[in-house]
Amino acid sequence: MSAPSTADSGKYFVPAPSHWPLVGSAALLTLAFGATGTFNDLSWGWPVLIAGFVILLIMLFGWFGAVIRESEGRLYGKNVDTSFRWSMSWFIFSEVMFFAAFFGALGYARLHAVPDLGSVDSKLLWPDFAATWPTAGPYFKDMFSPMGAWGIPAINTALLLSSGVTLTIAHHALLDGQRGKLKLWLAATILLGATFLALQIYEYAHAYSELNLKLSSGIFGSTFFMLTGFHGFHVTIGAIMLAVMLVRVLRGHFDAKHHFAFEAAAWYWHFVDVVWLILFVVVYML
Amino acid sequence: MASIPLDPAHGGHAHDDHHDHHPTGLKRWLTTTNHKDIGTMYLWFSFTMFIVGGIMAMIIRAELFQPGLQIVKPEFFNQLTSLHGLIMVFGAIMPAFVGFANWMLPLQLGAPDMAFARMNNWSFWMLPPAAILLISSMFVPGGSVAAGWTMYPPLTVQQGYGMDLTIFAVHILGASSIMGSINIITTILNLRAPGMTLMKMPMFAWTWLITAFLLIATMPVLAGAITMILTDRHFGTTFFNAAGGGDPVMYQHIFWFFGHPEVYIIALPAFGVVSQVIPAFSRKKLFGYPSMVYATASIAILSLIVWAHHMFTVGMPVAGQLYFMFATMLIAVPTGVKVFNWVATMWRGSITLETPMLFALGFLFLFTLGGFTGIVVALSPVDVQIHDTYYVVAHFHYVMVAGALFSAFAAVYYWGPKWTGWMYEEKLGKIHFWWSLIAFNIAFFPQHFLGLAGMPRRIPDYNQQFTEWNQVSSIGAFLFGTAQIFFLIIVIRMIKGKSGVRAPAKPWDGAEGLEWTVPSPAPYHTFETPPVVK
Repeated sequence: MSAPSTADSGKYFVPAPSHWPLVGSAALLTLAFGATGTFNDLSWGWPVLIAGFVILLIMLFGWFGAVIRESEGRLYGKNVDTSFRWSMSWFIFSEVMFFAAFFGALGYARLHAVPDLGSVDSKLLWPDFAATWPTAGPYFKDMFSPMGAWGIPAINTALLLSSGVTLTIAHHALLDGQRGKLKLWLAATILLGATFLALQIYEYAHAYSELNLKLSSGIFGSTFFMLTGFHGFHVTIGAIMLAVMLVRVLRGHFDAKHHFAFEAAAWYWHFVDVVWLILFVVVYML
Repeated sequence: MASIPLDPAHGGHAHDDHHDHHPTGLKRWLTTTNHKDIGTMYLWFSFTMFIVGGIMAMIIRAELFQPGLQIVKPEFFNQLTSLHGLIMVFGAIMPAFVGFANWMLPLQLGAPDMAFARMNNWSFWMLPPAAILLISSMFVPGGSVAAGWTMYPPLTVQQGYGMDLTIFAVHILGASSIMGSINIITTILNLRAPGMTLMKMPMFAWTWLITAFLLIATMPVLAGAITMILTDRHFGTTFFNAAGGGDPVMYQHIFWFFGHPEVYIIALPAFGVVSQVIPAFSRKKLFGYPSMVYATASIAILSLIVWAHHMFTVGMPVAGQLYFMFATMLIAVPTGVKVFNWVATMWRGSITLETPMLFALGFLFLFTLGGFTGIVVALSPVDVQIHDTYYVVAHFHYVMVAGALFSAFAAVYYWGPKWTGWMYEEKLGKIHFWWSLIAFNIAFFPQHFLGLAGMPRRIPDYNQQFTEWNQVSSIGAFLFGTAQIFFLIIVIRMIKGKSGVRAPAKPWDGAEGLEWTVPSPAPYHTFETPPVVK
């Protein structure tokens, strides 16, 4: 950067023309056709879907790479930093609302739909249906056992909660300029997240093989796997974000004043943490 | 609003053009990070989709010109009504107002661009893939979504894979809206010129701030709902299947939690435009600016807690019916505040009736009429009679077309000179207004009668007793459709400068706001150094 950087001049940084949005759109279009083909067992489905993921990965690497270069080139001033903070907050709010739809579905099913199916109004259709929870509904006769709360899920709760603590220690280390401590505790956080995911996969295998609890196990299976599944997906995304932060830390990025990417990943991690707590209570315990 | 101490010569646009080297030709539009380029693309995309959805409407009205089946098969008719709704809502009206936001918010706030200029371009370029998915879904086995734009199960769970394409299209449109909204909120909260406090912002910015909040709050819920449909279709979940303990009515609750705020997502920016246009042509400040802000916020909050008034006939406890009925009617209070404020703005103003003002007045009359029929359908006992009839179709077209679309026309005539540097031809604009106004009422007013007489919506055939008013309605619809081709001609003539009148920096002497301090057409880069607002 030979010219005085935008951050110093007080001007708001406006990026140069970029082809990454277009690549992103191509990825989405390919993914949509690929997923449609795959879900409907069409022969071209898989290849197109994989192509979509490849284009998406290229876009993610390219676009985030450009952002990281701009950030390290100190093109982002204080104003841009504030924009990032607002936008990450609103993005997390949108994620909250996404989960709200699925929590709402669980609440509606438990408090309204299932009792209604067991009510006197439905006796003509389903005379033997007892509206208890968990249930796979009046028509599904495939018995299953629900997932208990105090085995793996409780361990997972402890793992995620402690990962929030380790991440905060890492953040404080970054603020104090203690790079060694930062690397250690950030790596510990990622490790805790990965252990959570491994246990979650083990739990799913256990559910399918021993409890006969499947995605298709009526409304219980639907809400259980969709809620925990989307949460697990978000933990995966969060862990990838933290892993990218670790790589950047190892490359010497970030200092006490300039590290919003790290903070954004941390916010996101705390968000998946809170979702898990709600999930642990309403999906596993109640 | 703020008094603007800038003179046009120092309109804040940069004199150093050294980084003004942007690609030309197609590449400019594909890779741009300029809010004006992106706004322009949004507007042209919106108009293209308006024509596509409009052609579908014309086929629908042609089929309904007489009883019996004439032109299309019933299953294709259902696809037409469903796609017409989806395309007009997500493809035409919403992108139009996002286009206005892109063009005008940075100019109104004194910002150099949107907060996230590169992501802004992605928000736009997500729309064409979604349009491709929606339109190509018509050509796959089983056809496109035929369950209405609301995509209710169980119909949507049963359809062919055109439904999957539609679901993914809506996912992408939702992602685009969320990104666009985050961008707009951040721009408004963080990029205002020094001195422009929130309560000094133009009303258009206020309405978009609140609209963007609504979008971020509800779009993910729609994404959740259609994701559940997707898994019910392919992965054996039973969210909407009573046999598995689910409930199809649950979809309606989740959908309308999004769907009702969606009405205000469309209406609020339209209110914003009208709140700019009416003061400009009344040569008075907007009456009751703070109450306008609070009314907008109240409408948004209320819109989140009234959704089940769309579902009075699916079965609901009486307490629920009463709650949703009264909560819905409560919306009439802040909406009434707005209508009275607009009228009070005109009171004793020195009013002139240029085309933007005509469309704003058309909006005021007809949107208010649509609001009145809204109170009628909000009444649970009445709604049981007119639910899913043409009365409802008439009601929401008064809100969507005479409300949102007329306001969009007002915006094009009001800000068009700023975009193109040329005035439009006033006489043609006035013809477009009267043509649209009269044709619109011929098309949609009789639908109130049809609905009250019991004609159901989404049906390609009808009882003979409905013939006459359907014919009147179809003729009105064809006239309205051709009026919009005329509108396209007016816009192209404006861009080409056929009026021969160059637009001054501020073509409307009563207009206020920073956007009028930069030359017309607005330079490629504006407000690189923020202006100071006192």
